[in-house]
Amino acid sequence: MTDLSKAIEMATATHAGMVRAHNEDSIGTDSSIGLAVLADGMGGYNAGEVASGIAVALVTKETRDTVAQILPFEKDRTSGELMAVSILRNVIGRANTSIFQAAGSQPQYAGMGTTLVVALLCDNQISVGHVGDSRLYRLRGAELTQLTRDHSLLQEQIDSGMITKEMARRSQNKNLVTRAVGIEPEVEADINTFEAKEGDMYLLCSDGLNDMVEDEDILLTLSSLQANLPLAASQLVQMANDNGGRDNISVILIRVKKPFPAARGWMSRLKTWFGKDGD
Amino acid sequence: MAKLILSLDGMVLREYPLTKERTTIGRKPHNDIVIDNLAVSGEHAMIMTILNDSFLEDLGSTNGTLVNGQPIKKHFLQNNDVVELGKYKLKYMAEGVQQAASADFEKTMVLRAPPGGAGAGAPPAARAPEESQPVAKNFGDTVVNPELMQSQNTGGSLRDAARQASVAAHEPPAASAGPAPGAGAVAAAPPAAAPAKPAAAAPPEPAAAPAAGAGAQGPAPGGVQGTIQILSGPSAGKELPLSKPLTTLGTGVQVAVIAKRPQGYFITHVEGASFPVVNGKHLDAQAHPLNDHDVIELAGVKMEFFLKPLA
Repeated sequence: MTDLSKAIEMATATHAGMVRAHNEDSIGTDSSIGLAVLADGMGGYNAGEVASGIAVALVTKETRDTVAQILPFEKDRTSGELMAVSILRNVIGRANTSIFQAAGSQPQYAGMGTTLVVALLCDNQISVGHVGDSRLYRLRGAELTQLTRDHSLLQEQIDSGMITKEMARRSQNKNLVTRAVGIEPEVEADINTFEAKEGDMYLLCSDGLNDMVEDEDILLTLSSLQANLPLAASQLVQMANDNGGRDNISVILIRVKKPFPAARGWMSRLKTWFGKDGD
Repeated sequence: MAKLILSLDGMVLREYPLTKERTTIGRKPHNDIVIDNLAVSGEHAMIMTILNDSFLEDLGSTNGTLVNGQPIKKHFLQNNDVVELGKYKLKYMAEGVQQAASADFEKTMVLRAPPGGAGAGAPPAARAPEESQPVAKNFGDTVVNPELMQSQNTGGSLRDAARQASVAAHEPPAASAGPAPGAGAVAAAPPAAAPAKPAAAAPPEPAAAPAAGAGAQGPAPGGVQGTIQILSGPSAGKELPLSKPLTTLGTGVQVAVIAKRPQGYFITHVEGASFPVVNGKHLDAQAHPLNDHDVIELAGVKMEFFLKPLA
């Protein structure tokens, strides 16, 4: 695998917020393989932290191990599916099994679960897998687009035309997700792949951000501060806290500094093998 | 729990708690809320309640339904909304829910069917959303509903979801068997108690961002707005109102940003080799609070920050 850290910059911030005593969110990144993972745990006492922690640690490790053997930009010979997609499905499934088993074996962890959003970048593409209401947004030019669709009661109500997005902001049912990792023996993640362009910014966040900060202000922050990613990340957390910070807030920012095509030829793979960059 | 207060000419007639997922209003006696008046249709309107949200729908009544004076077909009820049917008024009160929810409103839960039929024996109607709320609040009890995940018929599944969620959420959470030390204040709070305040149980940590709160002059409520006036260069004299949460100053070579926060205005270096200068002092990477009449130098341009009284 080509080291992507020269083409992709990442910055993170996570905070308990102004009300909660614990931070049940977990985040992890590995810019060399183009991976970002964010989880918002739920469950009694500290089980939420445990669930999100397992999810992030497991997804990070398993993805690292897998991309060392399988090239994510290749296609599955039988299904024609991008390997990045099947890698994500596989690692999210393993995280689910692991949390589900831990929840079943330890009474204090019973019923714990977590949301999860994972981004894997390779070959000028970004593959995104998610479960629950943690989100991924893309800033391209002056346009902020939410690329994930929440697995939540409110999203279903919006989809069915029962309420508008505007109404959803005033709803009392914000906290209800319809899918989570670790709650059932199996989990279905939504996984999609998008073209990634130079200059794109991606934001992974827990609902503690998007419930407290309007999309308009997220857009303003990302576009004003794209030259300083760590500042943009801490600014988003600060805005959520200034608006009340009622939940844990986590953000991962990814900026595509230059194109990152996969090194396909065997020569470039050989170079990579010897520790040099394929590009 | 949300409720409706029925009144006529300012006289309160009755209160109706919204305990059911479907509450019907009309002249005929089979309605949940019966208003025996000829201006009210036999089946006039219906309120669907999903957990903490209530939706009002006019059922094609002859004389229509008004909310806060406006005719509606469907309406998402908000606290203190006044629903009018003929001369009768129904005031929607949700503040009990509002308080409970705001205490811990984003404690994420999963909608879920009750596992192994536990709690399934109880009549769904008895499980009002408010009753289940405190349990979920304190423990983030997980509740998922597979029907909701699979069903294409969202309207129907939502009602099922609401019913099942309120059942499932009512199960005592595993953690309640032995509240762990430290969770004390939150875990021990009885469900019916006043909204739990997690903040009181543990003081919030300081904000992650480097924000020096001291010294900054906050924007007085309704009074002043931070403004930048350019003092030197080609744009001298120009004013820049700091109305947005973030305002960018400078381009390319040296960029800074001014953040408008509840406690005041803060300037932070964004990019460029040199840092902004405030009152002759070079800033570092930290956010710096701005005071009235501070002079900022950025890329050779001088400007003054001041608090402008709003008209």
